[in-house]
Amino acid sequence: MIDQREKLLEIKDLKKHFPMAGKTVLKAVDGITFDIYKGETFGLVGESGCGKSTAGRTIMRLYEATEGEVDYQGENVHGKKSAKELKKFNRSMQMIFQDPYASLNPRMTVKDIIAEGIDIHGLAKSKQERLNLVNQLLETVGLNQEHGNRYPHEFSGGQRQRIGIARALAVNPEFIVADEAISALDVSIQAQVVNLMRELQEERGLTYLFIAHDLSMVKHISDRVGVMYLGNMAEVATSDDLYHEPLHPYTQALLSAIPISDPEVERSRERIIIEGDVPSPINPPSGCRFRTRCPLAMDVCAKVEPEWQEYTKDHWVACHLYNDKYNEEHKARQAVKN
Amino acid sequence: MKKVLEVNNLSVSFDTFGGDVKAVRGVNFELSEKETLAIVGESGSGKSVTAQSLMRLIETPPGKFEDGSIKFDGEDIIQKSDKQMENIRGKDISMIFQDPMTSLNPTMTVGKQIAESLIKHQNMSKKEAHNRGIELLKLVGIPNPETRINQYPHQYSGGMRQRAMIAIALACNPKILIADEPTTALDVTIQAQILDLMRGLKEQTGTAIILITHDLGVVANAADRVAVMYGGKVVETGSADEIFYNARHPYTWGLLGSMPKLENSDEELHAIPGSPPDLLDPPKGCPFAARCPYAMKVCENHMPDYTELSDTQKTACWLLDERAPKVEPPESAIVGGSKAND
Repeated sequence: MIDQREKLLEIKDLKKHFPMAGKTVLKAVDGITFDIYKGETFGLVGESGCGKSTAGRTIMRLYEATEGEVDYQGENVHGKKSAKELKKFNRSMQMIFQDPYASLNPRMTVKDIIAEGIDIHGLAKSKQERLNLVNQLLETVGLNQEHGNRYPHEFSGGQRQRIGIARALAVNPEFIVADEAISALDVSIQAQVVNLMRELQEERGLTYLFIAHDLSMVKHISDRVGVMYLGNMAEVATSDDLYHEPLHPYTQALLSAIPISDPEVERSRERIIIEGDVPSPINPPSGCRFRTRCPLAMDVCAKVEPEWQEYTKDHWVACHLYNDKYNEEHKARQAVKN
Repeated sequence: MKKVLEVNNLSVSFDTFGGDVKAVRGVNFELSEKETLAIVGESGSGKSVTAQSLMRLIETPPGKFEDGSIKFDGEDIIQKSDKQMENIRGKDISMIFQDPMTSLNPTMTVGKQIAESLIKHQNMSKKEAHNRGIELLKLVGIPNPETRINQYPHQYSGGMRQRAMIAIALACNPKILIADEPTTALDVTIQAQILDLMRGLKEQTGTAIILITHDLGVVANAADRVAVMYGGKVVETGSADEIFYNARHPYTWGLLGSMPKLENSDEELHAIPGSPPDLLDPPKGCPFAARCPYAMKVCENHMPDYTELSDTQKTACWLLDERAPKVEPPESAIVGGSKAND
């Protein structure tokens, strides 16, 4: 059954580098490869500065890729495109942003904000049709028609995020990138927005790329999850696999760092606390980028970049521990330690 | 254990263009030595205003202490003069803030910022304060403290800045440390480091901690006791175990239910419908009544009194009145149970 999944997006060795002062280059995204299937929610997690937002934006071509390909339904997003083709493509991909306060134009009414995409793509033939569409959208996201005449400042954070969702839905996209779409909201409101996004997915068959740093929320909403570290993909798996059998030491540490809302569990839990901070993406460590903080790092990790491999079915990882060639070294070391 | 702080009926309002915002409306709690009290609530619940009141950081006007008292060492903080407050702030009570970048002074070295309170409160010489600063940076786990002490905040990473803030706050061995969302701006791996650090420091120094947060995971990790705030009031308070395993307030249930659980993800999250009350014109009765699935007629017009459920747990809800129907917590609010599945 799993093999019948249709690939909506194929991301192949995608890189996005930003030139910095002098001759230095910030390698925000440095060669990530994964697929997103039609109708699924793909969660992308990692700490601040790991490149997850840049990845999301490059996939949508808000940034031009430095190298690599993003194939959307078999067509390269970053290939040569005429303005007309780009417009068509833009319609099928939309984005919901993190900050519901900064992402809505304060001088436009909610109605006009939502209708902007409708106008640009000429989806409404008359004023009446435009209004009908907007009203439908408002209702879809749980707001009233009357809200359309107000301005963004009259709404709470959760309501604004609903407006952002309505705006994204206005052009009937297939694929939505939600970049930290709920991070700025209170817990009880987060749940409202997540539930709304799930309902919409079922109704409209949407595909989501859900970018967040909150692993427990990502786990909840996603079918599959990718873990990024310093511009590289560390691990991709179904969210159950990732939670129950995390392979990469970084994923393990990340999972163990999430505080669980249960005092008894917290008291008895052994934490893997990783030392130090994320190194700079301008001058990342050689070999495996996590090795400077990795509790299991071996000599080889500094020399050779780990291979991106499908270790078990649908479970991808980039770590020398899962390479037979180097794993012996690890076992030998552990034996010496004990 | 000795009580270090007693807050009685604290009420704070702010004069705004639209009218008086009644941010804190009669809050009561106590804090004992070596205890961590978590104050939990959403934005606008009054938790930060409560914390700032404890250090008299509320600017008056527009802020106003309408009523109540904050007893520290038997004396009321609200009645103290500004001069007297200067001797308490940073010495007996200190505070760490959510955003370490905006709360550190960018034009002063970290060492000078630590030395400031040591020189003022403990009459140390510059040299002594510098040496103590190095010790403090070491205590909070900053590598190469001898070099780091002469650096500016922008040369520190986010996690290190928060450590530096903690070092500044702890410089004079305060009796109370108020931490207002200390880990919210940090990544989870750094958050785990900071929570670990705070726990260790509490054991070493015996400082009582007030932890303001909206993250129930952080509460479960760090708190001994919890006060749940909503609409400017404490709606339920109890030991951490009581709040997580035996909560009786529907808002606490709602909070517990809206957290995603790592074990099972298939069910819908239990969102609390609606949004928090407008404190310009706070509801007459229970502030949660408008969003409460169990609300009765009485809830709208009368604020319930606290029902004492144990020595430590107090809950303000009409459902606990003997005339009210018996309501059991919804399944979504039950913590634990499925934890043996790994």
